[in-house]
Amino acid sequence: MRWRAFKARLAPYYLVLPGWLWLVIFFVVPLLFMLSVSTMTGNILDGFKQTWHLSTYVDAWNSYHTQIIRSLIYGLIATAVCLIIAYPIAYWIAFRGGRHKQVYLFLLLLPFFVSFVIRTQSWEFMLDDHGMVVGLLRTFGLVGSNFHILQTPVAVIGGLIYNFMPFTVLPIYVALERVDPALLEASSDLYANKASAFLRVIFPLSIPGVFAAVLLTFVPVASDYVNAQILGGGTNTTMVGTIIESQYLTNLDYPTAASLSFILMAVLLIGIFLYARLLGTEDAMEMAGA
Amino acid sequence: MGEQPDPLPLSPDLLRGLTQRRFSRRTMLKAGGIGALASALAGCSIAGTAAAGNGSFPGAYAAREEFWKSQKKHGKFVFANWPAYMDVGKTPSDHPSLNLFTKQTGISVDYKEVINEDDSFYGVIEPELAAKQDTNYDLMVITNGIYLDLLIQQDFLVPLDQNRMTNFYTYSSDLVRSPSYDRGNVFTMAWQSGITGIGYNPKYVDKITSWDDLLDPKLKGHLGMFADNEDLPCSALCAIGVNPETSTPEDWHKAAEWLQKVRPLVRKFYQQDYLGQLKNGDLYASMAWSGDIFIANSEGHNLKFVVPKEGAPIWTDNMCIPKYAQNPLDSMIYADWVYQPEPAAMLADYIWYITPVPATQQIFLHNAKTADNPKDKAYYQGLAASPLIFPDKSDFARLHRYRVLTQDETKQWNAIFQPIYQS
Repeated sequence: MRWRAFKARLAPYYLVLPGWLWLVIFFVVPLLFMLSVSTMTGNILDGFKQTWHLSTYVDAWNSYHTQIIRSLIYGLIATAVCLIIAYPIAYWIAFRGGRHKQVYLFLLLLPFFVSFVIRTQSWEFMLDDHGMVVGLLRTFGLVGSNFHILQTPVAVIGGLIYNFMPFTVLPIYVALERVDPALLEASSDLYANKASAFLRVIFPLSIPGVFAAVLLTFVPVASDYVNAQILGGGTNTTMVGTIIESQYLTNLDYPTAASLSFILMAVLLIGIFLYARLLGTEDAMEMAGA
Repeated sequence: MGEQPDPLPLSPDLLRGLTQRRFSRRTMLKAGGIGALASALAGCSIAGTAAAGNGSFPGAYAAREEFWKSQKKHGKFVFANWPAYMDVGKTPSDHPSLNLFTKQTGISVDYKEVINEDDSFYGVIEPELAAKQDTNYDLMVITNGIYLDLLIQQDFLVPLDQNRMTNFYTYSSDLVRSPSYDRGNVFTMAWQSGITGIGYNPKYVDKITSWDDLLDPKLKGHLGMFADNEDLPCSALCAIGVNPETSTPEDWHKAAEWLQKVRPLVRKFYQQDYLGQLKNGDLYASMAWSGDIFIANSEGHNLKFVVPKEGAPIWTDNMCIPKYAQNPLDSMIYADWVYQPEPAAMLADYIWYITPVPATQQIFLHNAKTADNPKDKAYYQGLAASPLIFPDKSDFARLHRYRVLTQDETKQWNAIFQPIYQS
């Protein structure tokens, strides 16, 4: 009898075991390995040996702190703009979408059926000096002939916003979708006008979604390495993702690449914990984890 | 080299299928190189891949003889090459020169256009070679530079059979014979070569003759440079009057200073895509590969290509045989066969970079003489006269190879130049 009770108590642990194994094999082990690589010295021919060479971190920061800080700034701007655009979209689909909600969600995700690189590439065509945007502005004489958008921070941040927008919309949509429409009726019964019903009922209820949206957008945006390469051009628009990519694959300098990755990860984690402390609720954390 | 001749009156069918050689953009997900890391998960260090007897080629001479003696002809081989780097017949997969080879030797060629960039292709074959496995390729074309050096240093290439290089030693140009990156042609024979110089649009800028002409403030926002760690640094070294091949770290810093002066004018550091913007006028001038400008002009554009007076980098794409290849003898026979003037002319007629066989010029002149219409005549005269396909002696004096770097030097080199094109 006792043995059976013991087994029953163990059951949940058995059930989470696959999840834990997954995390350990595909996340913890590679992460520890990269941490170990970051303090090695050597080269591809002679091999890399563990020497606890911590100054790789110092060198990496000294050489590339501009790109790291720039990535964070681009990430913040892109996330903020994403929120401003995404919230009304999510709101509209959740409350006004009616029976076509699924269709609108599908339309939102439709661009994702095309490769990330191709989508970014098509932005290059659009923003080209003779493309539909700049070309049109030039035709109407609104900008000079030297004006261009490509290879500027505007192009890079624009590309980031476009590419990561669905990651912002979906969590907010999920949160808003959960809001019971009866609450709206109740608030109007209690003499709330539309604005205060939104500000005091709907928006607070959507905060967990916003919190998750910020995480899901900011983290990949800050470490993106495609947009800056295609829409930027190496002149004061390079993001740290591009540096890490070329350290790994072109320069074969694994320790520098690994230490840059960890610096970026540390900065992002610190930022996220501060953010969670300031804004996060238990609900929000749960939602972000969900 | 002067400027290039006026655009050739080319019929569209001659241009069929022609694109610039390096048309592909840097592939974004080159996961290949990571393989080396994964294999080291077990230990707490990453094993080196340097060849044990690195540098002791004479000692390996007997082994090389033995190796080639034991090889047999199998009547087939697999050839890995870059896109648009082979003559094309009626359909894109029809290659007249390969057909001719099969007819003459009985060896069939499985031709694959799988190389878009040296670094990504290296990432694909390196894990296999490190695991002592066949890459499934018997012959491949790799640009001289960091990745070819690595393949040689890692002992991943089969030393060529010097007894089977008769055509090579009869017809090859001085440029590709015993080049600085492979003295004695131990591992490589050239496929084609090209020059990295300046391409410009005469509609927007006056004549450009020197790297320093790129410092003209008029070019601000309309100047293109390359985002790479070979062409860009070596061009800058030429610009300050230093031969890249023999440059010192002190020179590298000076070259970086020159690049910092250019940088404020640069619109973008390009990987592959400069040609489109040079053609449509967004760029007034750009670093450029010789064959690209030739091809743009044949499409009706009027661009100029100059080898700056201070000199310029010249690169060569090389045929080499990866270790553990299944049909090395067949690919060895082919690599020497293409050095005969006739097949070399078939290739040069299509590729428009610098051919390793100068005798092809005579064939083009002959074709011009016997052409039955003025269009073909003008075309072949243009090819034979083009300094981009047949640079003369005075041009060669100003063309320099990339710097061959040791591992320690590479680190220093990258640390100096990378922050400039990835700022």
